[in-house]
Amino acid sequence: MSPNHIDIPVLIDQLAERLKTVIAERTLNNPLLIGIRTGGVWIAERLHQKLHIQEPLGLLDISFYRDDFSQIGMNPKVKPSQLPPRLEGRDIILVDDVFYTGRTIRAALNEIFDYGRPNQVVLAVLIQRDGKQIPIAPDCVGIQIELNPGQRIKLTGPEPLGVHMELVKGAA
Amino acid sequence: MAGNLQLTPEGRLKHFLTIEGLDKTLLTEILDLAESFAGMSDQQVKKVPILRGKTIVNLFFENSTRTRTTFELAAKRLSADVLSINIATSATSKGESLLDTIRNLEAMFVDMFVVRHALSGAAHFIAQQVAPHISVINAGDGQHAHPTQAMLDMFTIRQLKQDFAPLKVAIIGDILHSRVARSEIIALNTLGVAEVRVIAPKTLLPAHVETLGVTVFHNLSEGLKDVDVVMMLRLQKERMSSALLPSESEYFKCFGLTEEKLKIAKPDAIVMHPGPINRGVEIDSKVADGPQSVILKQVSNGIAVRMAVMAMAMQPQGARV
Repeated sequence: MSPNHIDIPVLIDQLAERLKTVIAERTLNNPLLIGIRTGGVWIAERLHQKLHIQEPLGLLDISFYRDDFSQIGMNPKVKPSQLPPRLEGRDIILVDDVFYTGRTIRAALNEIFDYGRPNQVVLAVLIQRDGKQIPIAPDCVGIQIELNPGQRIKLTGPEPLGVHMELVKGAA
Repeated sequence: MAGNLQLTPEGRLKHFLTIEGLDKTLLTEILDLAESFAGMSDQQVKKVPILRGKTIVNLFFENSTRTRTTFELAAKRLSADVLSINIATSATSKGESLLDTIRNLEAMFVDMFVVRHALSGAAHFIAQQVAPHISVINAGDGQHAHPTQAMLDMFTIRQLKQDFAPLKVAIIGDILHSRVARSEIIALNTLGVAEVRVIAPKTLLPAHVETLGVTVFHNLSEGLKDVDVVMMLRLQKERMSSALLPSESEYFKCFGLTEEKLKIAKPDAIVMHPGPINRGVEIDSKVADGPQSVILKQVSNGIAVRMAVMAMAMQPQGARV
């Protein structure tokens, strides 16, 4: 799959439509949309408009919750998360750009639960690629793709949104 | 020399002993990271997992409540295991040497020491002696440095005044005995404020203080003119070996900050004090509890800033910059 074949506006429309179905099926009540920095926020901003959600978008920076601090240290560009102070009992739609190993989502869930115990969390991602390492999966996906193990796909943005494919150094 | 010891070959923070030798980029990195940690106070669970499994020892050879407590809270909020050793009741009082105390704690797989000591250079000495994986944070050494106090004050100033460049800052009181003052002066100049003033009687100023990059005033009213930030210092009676002052009440008359005196500074000037306050000696209660006082904000910010310094020093060596 070449990144040129990925039409992001179309994918976001598809994701929004699927999300509407999930919101109805899971009976999400007044859902709070949360984007994971940085790419997830760009997608979440667009979904926020398309789903006509009134409440401001939540922003999540998972840097302090990553599981690789002892290997690679801290992201020096970490910014404060911006979430409503109480997530107790809320229905949450968590948004990220690319779902890969699942570790980002684990970190995000841990952080969300430190703000309180939500009622439901639904995960929406623009792109799901192969390579999952922990038992976490998205509920709502724009497109599923398969890549070679050494390949990485990244969202570029915020305007316009694009997809960038790169080879990871030292990857198997 | 201390500057090099503090940094890894890649220029990252390894120990935090003094502001000296650290550049503006690194100080700004500490402030930025602290800002992210400060945001955590919105969380119900005020804790992040980054130092899980690490052991931090607070080694306080000198009394402190605020600093020790905020270091302890900071370590706990980073999920480290932390213990505070009260040296007065430890083996040191039975004659054990500092180095033996350190070696014994090292044998308990400690990852970080937070050290306060009455002797200048104590934290530096410990940093030279510890195993390579251990980080040392100076929580105040004699009259030398108190770098985390300086950084939490820089954080508080930036929070309220945004930009350092136009600011005039006055540090008032016992500069001679103050490790806080030394660290503040270096930090303020590194971050590039317009002017740092020191206001004190001649007997409470170190010799050649102007070489630190400050303007010296001996008169409070003159020195306070057009000032944006007023930093009061505690009169350190316990460190005064001889009579440097006629009396406390005379000191208050000349150098104590009252509402009247504060009016000479800019109307939106903020008043800071590292604590503990001697009410009625260096500062009037009405000012300490007044609308321009940010003294308690300083205390809250101490947690976030100490979290930032601990997290940065505990990063794996050779990690990405």
